[in-house]
Amino acid sequence: MKTVNLDYAAAAPLDKSVLEAMIPYFTEHYGNPSSGHTLGEKPRKAIEKARENVGRLIGSEAKNIIFTASASEANNLAVKGLVRAGKKKGDHIITSGVEHFSILNQLKGLEKEGYRVTRLPVDSYGSVDPAQLEAAITDQTILVTIQAANPEIGTIQPLEELAAIAGAHDIPFHTDAAAAAGWIPIDVEKSGIDLLSLAGDQFYGPKGSGALYVRRGIRLMPLVEGGIQEKGLRAGTENVPAIVGLGEAAKAALETMEERAAKAVEMRDRLKESIFDAIPNLHLNGHPEKRLPRNLNVSVSFVEGEALLMRLQMAGIYVSSGSSCTSQVLKSSHVLTAIGVSPELAQGSLQLTLGPESSPEDIPYITENLAEITTLLRNMSPLYHQYLKEGKNNA
Amino acid sequence: MPEYSDKVMDHFTKPRNIGEVEEPDGVGEVGNPVCGDMMKFTIKVKDNMIEDVKYLTFGCGAAIAVSSMVSEMAKGKTLEEAKKITNKQVAEELGGLPGNKMHCSNLGADALHKAIEDYQAKAQASAG
Repeated sequence: MKTVNLDYAAAAPLDKSVLEAMIPYFTEHYGNPSSGHTLGEKPRKAIEKARENVGRLIGSEAKNIIFTASASEANNLAVKGLVRAGKKKGDHIITSGVEHFSILNQLKGLEKEGYRVTRLPVDSYGSVDPAQLEAAITDQTILVTIQAANPEIGTIQPLEELAAIAGAHDIPFHTDAAAAAGWIPIDVEKSGIDLLSLAGDQFYGPKGSGALYVRRGIRLMPLVEGGIQEKGLRAGTENVPAIVGLGEAAKAALETMEERAAKAVEMRDRLKESIFDAIPNLHLNGHPEKRLPRNLNVSVSFVEGEALLMRLQMAGIYVSSGSSCTSQVLKSSHVLTAIGVSPELAQGSLQLTLGPESSPEDIPYITENLAEITTLLRNMSPLYHQYLKEGKNNA
Repeated sequence: MPEYSDKVMDHFTKPRNIGEVEEPDGVGEVGNPVCGDMMKFTIKVKDNMIEDVKYLTFGCGAAIAVSSMVSEMAKGKTLEEAKKITNKQVAEELGGLPGNKMHCSNLGADALHKAIEDYQAKAQASAG
């Protein structure tokens, strides 16, 4: 059966060059980077080379990069690490309502400890208004954490403006760039970003690789205490192959960013046009232009996402959905709720993410199947029958 | 995606009795878009028997399979028999449902019972 993966945000195959770079560090260069003898030398050098490559991707010096196992871990190290270090006195943290759970859930925990959290609202595209950040800052604010781009609906935040506002008040600014890094240009120096999280698997590096950029002068408490690996901010023997893979992926992403992004945007826009032409009552979620190159998110009126996902899978097409049924907590996407999407449309949302094997040649196949499945499910939907009866354009 | 039984997949991919019966004798609706599942059952009653039953469903794979199974179980049954169909029996007939689907998607019997109650209320009103 033909298969079309439209869920590359979940996982993507490694770049060949990435895999090749990693392999020797499982076997011949297996040494521990902390060893005093020769066996540690190659792994140690490889880590430092990776640090340079990751730094370069985001405009940072190598020494400001801390390797982690994921962007989730980097987010936790940034937020909890900064709060625990307690350099700046205060109890107030500002974030947005559309952050990843690795931000939102730890902030819930900090609230239980007595910290106050302001979750800035977003507009119907998912953008944070810099003026609202300015208005939310108090003399008790110790951290602002706002994502670079939304992983679900793709909307890119006005990062420089937001960072500048926090900077003007001398408040550390952290950004979760897991979805953005490797896909859009980021320069922590120019943008005044103090902390930035990224994940290697989002730009064709290995799963289990991530990093946190920490500006010089920012003090963090480690989450994992022990040895002095990663400047004492993350104890434990380094996962050398994953770090090497992350470095290679960062290098490739920087070198080919324009080309990859242009290719993704072209296909994404054609796919969007094709499905919107073929299927009535579709809704685009996220910003029409200021969005990640490979991301498309649409809601299909009158039908539920898991049923769509299952039917598409039967046609070999893999997607994800923000519906309650497809989430492990049985709640529809908090991002779609925050941008004001109705419960019905949140249930019918599909996230389509392009990747290395995506080809415009698949567009007709995707469109035909999505159109057919939509018709089939709509014909059995009470909401669709109600819509037909009322004849109202309330979709 | 949850692990569904073969029976669930069969009913999901080939749902039986979709639609609305013409001039229904009873209508029963459950659920809402917030929870993610909605079912509307319509029945035709003759001589105290469910002569025809159809449904419209907005929901996940489990919700669609449940609706289809309920329609098969109810057809040809007396009202008393149909009222005894439970959500649990429906899940059993489907070879089981994933734990997290037992609550939100397994509402088919409730919708059927509502349709029967609607019919009985109407019948009583016209008799009175």
